[in-house]
Amino acid sequence: MTIRLGAIIAGLGLTAILLFWSLVPGVFTLANEGLPEEPDYYAFQEEHLSPAGGFAFEGPLGKWDYQQLQRGYQVYKEVCSACHSLKFVSFRNLEQIGYTEAEVRAEAASWMVPGIDPKDGSSIERPGLPTDRFPKPYANDVEARAFNNNAIPPDLSLITKAREDGTHYVYSLMQGYNEPDPEDVAESPDFETPPGLYFNEYFYNINIAMPPQLLPDIVTYSDGTEATTEQMAADIAAFLTWAGEPALIQRKQTGWFVIAFLLFATGMGFLSYKTVWAEKKKKKKA
Amino acid sequence: MSFAWANSYEPKSAFTKWIDEKLPLPRLVYNAVGAGYPVPRNLNYMWNFGVLAGFFLVFQIITGVVLAMHYAANTEVAFGQIEHIMRNVNYGWLLKYAHANGASFFFLVIYMHIFRGFYYSSYKAPREMIWLLGVVIFLLMMATAFMGYVLPWGQMSFWGAKVITGLFGAIPVVGEPLQVWLVGGYAPNDSTLNRFFSLHFLLPFVIAGAVILHIWALHIPGSSNPTGVEVKKESDTVPFHPYYTAKDGWFLGLVLSIFAAVVFFAPNALGHAENWIEANPLSTPALIVPEWYFYPFYAILRAFTGDLTIPFTGIVLIEAKLLGVIAMFGSILLWFFLPWLDKSPVRSGSYRPLFRIFFWIFVVDMAALFYLGGAHAEEPYILLSQIATGWYFMHFLVILPIISQIEVPKALPFSITQAVLGSDDDAHGSKSGGGDKPEKVAGALPGHDDDGSLQPAE
Repeated sequence: MTIRLGAIIAGLGLTAILLFWSLVPGVFTLANEGLPEEPDYYAFQEEHLSPAGGFAFEGPLGKWDYQQLQRGYQVYKEVCSACHSLKFVSFRNLEQIGYTEAEVRAEAASWMVPGIDPKDGSSIERPGLPTDRFPKPYANDVEARAFNNNAIPPDLSLITKAREDGTHYVYSLMQGYNEPDPEDVAESPDFETPPGLYFNEYFYNINIAMPPQLLPDIVTYSDGTEATTEQMAADIAAFLTWAGEPALIQRKQTGWFVIAFLLFATGMGFLSYKTVWAEKKKKKKA
Repeated sequence: MSFAWANSYEPKSAFTKWIDEKLPLPRLVYNAVGAGYPVPRNLNYMWNFGVLAGFFLVFQIITGVVLAMHYAANTEVAFGQIEHIMRNVNYGWLLKYAHANGASFFFLVIYMHIFRGFYYSSYKAPREMIWLLGVVIFLLMMATAFMGYVLPWGQMSFWGAKVITGLFGAIPVVGEPLQVWLVGGYAPNDSTLNRFFSLHFLLPFVIAGAVILHIWALHIPGSSNPTGVEVKKESDTVPFHPYYTAKDGWFLGLVLSIFAAVVFFAPNALGHAENWIEANPLSTPALIVPEWYFYPFYAILRAFTGDLTIPFTGIVLIEAKLLGVIAMFGSILLWFFLPWLDKSPVRSGSYRPLFRIFFWIFVVDMAALFYLGGAHAEEPYILLSQIATGWYFMHFLVILPIISQIEVPKALPFSITQAVLGSDDDAHGSKSGGGDKPEKVAGALPGHDDDGSLQPAE
């Protein structure tokens, strides 16, 4: 009895504290100020674009489109890598997107990576080996900021996982350098694009330090595909999805086998359960 | 203990006889989860989640031990080590995703297990000790899961650790030094990561020990059942093996199929994108929230927005942050008192009309807390989480004690056999249930004592 009386007192006391010191003042504030208004800043676009027909790797039966991944790699190499690192990816990983061992060796050698002079131990640049990781464009964050209007270009190895709906985010961001909607601008008195920044409606604070990159024909695809902004955006989004999750397709394919096995085992288990219990489930006639 | 009719282990071969004389481990297993453990025959699927929880504990330990072979608890390299596991370790991506989602599924089945306990009053005599140990296991699980989430050293790992360790700073006087001592610095750092890794490796084995006690305590009175009427005789029970091994077996397959669907096709659906960004003490994420399984308690923590002051004086008695911390820990610690708060002699919610209504309101309340814990700390979510938090405490501390006093339970079946088969030959002459008086209901319960308290069925 004591314990229940104590509980009732404690419960009422705690609820009273919550009610009179937190909830009631909150209600007063709410009554005076109302619900927080829709932000009066220019809201970024959370709905992302999708290429026509979607990406080949999407869906439970998705597959990599190696041609697309290789085009995406070309975009990374010729455009993005000037400012963005890809630090968790090695050249040898390129074999997974359809390059042969010899091609990977040649590709690696076309990059200069930091090394050590075997004669005197001084820091040098040497051609890359398949075992090397992609080199970083800047020595450190301070240098990165100095070259990029005080912004650090993020590493791209995990970018498609580190953003909500990352693949489509990258695809949209690359094409998001439009003119601001005049109506939205009129409703957002504080809206402006500071010098050195660029309006991009898919970026979370609307103004991004990265200038538009994928201008038509900025790369010349070796497979002859026309390098439109849309095409390059799709290709780089696909490549970065692979870079972030190289095991994506293997994962889904393994998944089918595992689930098929588990469902079979579950089915067998269910039948044996039915058999074991058959006698016990029979109702007696009352 | 065992019921008198429990099967007894008979070693058959010379080898098993030899083992049984020296170390009767097979006998122990036989009596614990084999044919030697008689279990009520009427258990529904809510009774499957205990075995599932045991499965996920073992699963987490196995995947975790292998992951630990490839991990390094050092803030310089921890994030990169996870990527090493994801990219270079054979099936490392599978281990990592299975372990991360395994934690989610562990909590999912534990919540089902706990809510089974709430509805069927599994905490009542004679099973209080099982319940108390269960609460201990839940607290250990929370600590383990929290520290495990810090190990990848992503943004949410770091900031989650900062917020949660910061709670200790709310304790008056000793709070701040205590926090610095626990964290090993003013903000999560290499020392923090190292001790969290050490504890994250240790605690699962402590949990395993507590689980053994939990199961031991369970075997004293035997399993509860959906009628809440204790086992009286052999026809009320079936041997655990093969009956419940078969039932648990196929249900485990079903849950594992769902688990596999998540691991292989949506492994990041239950996590936060933010945690794929390496920890950066200089950049605060827009929304710091724990994993989904902590949402209700996070909502309770954040519900207290005002300091407790003496009105019109401005003197602060208890700061809002401390109130939140007290409420958050209190919300779980009060479960320790549950067996003594709910004094209704009827166990099963199915025979308690008033309790049942409030149980389902409580389920809705918990669902609301789950939602609100993950929402931004702004109106109307703050207001709603205050209402939901208030109801949470009212439910356990005020409503349960009162309804157990005033409720008129429904008539109980004479026995489990009668509940299952529709009749029981032993039941003639004995009125089922106890009419409209709770004391009489208790009197009609098998294994009751003269004072109306419930005793083990033996």
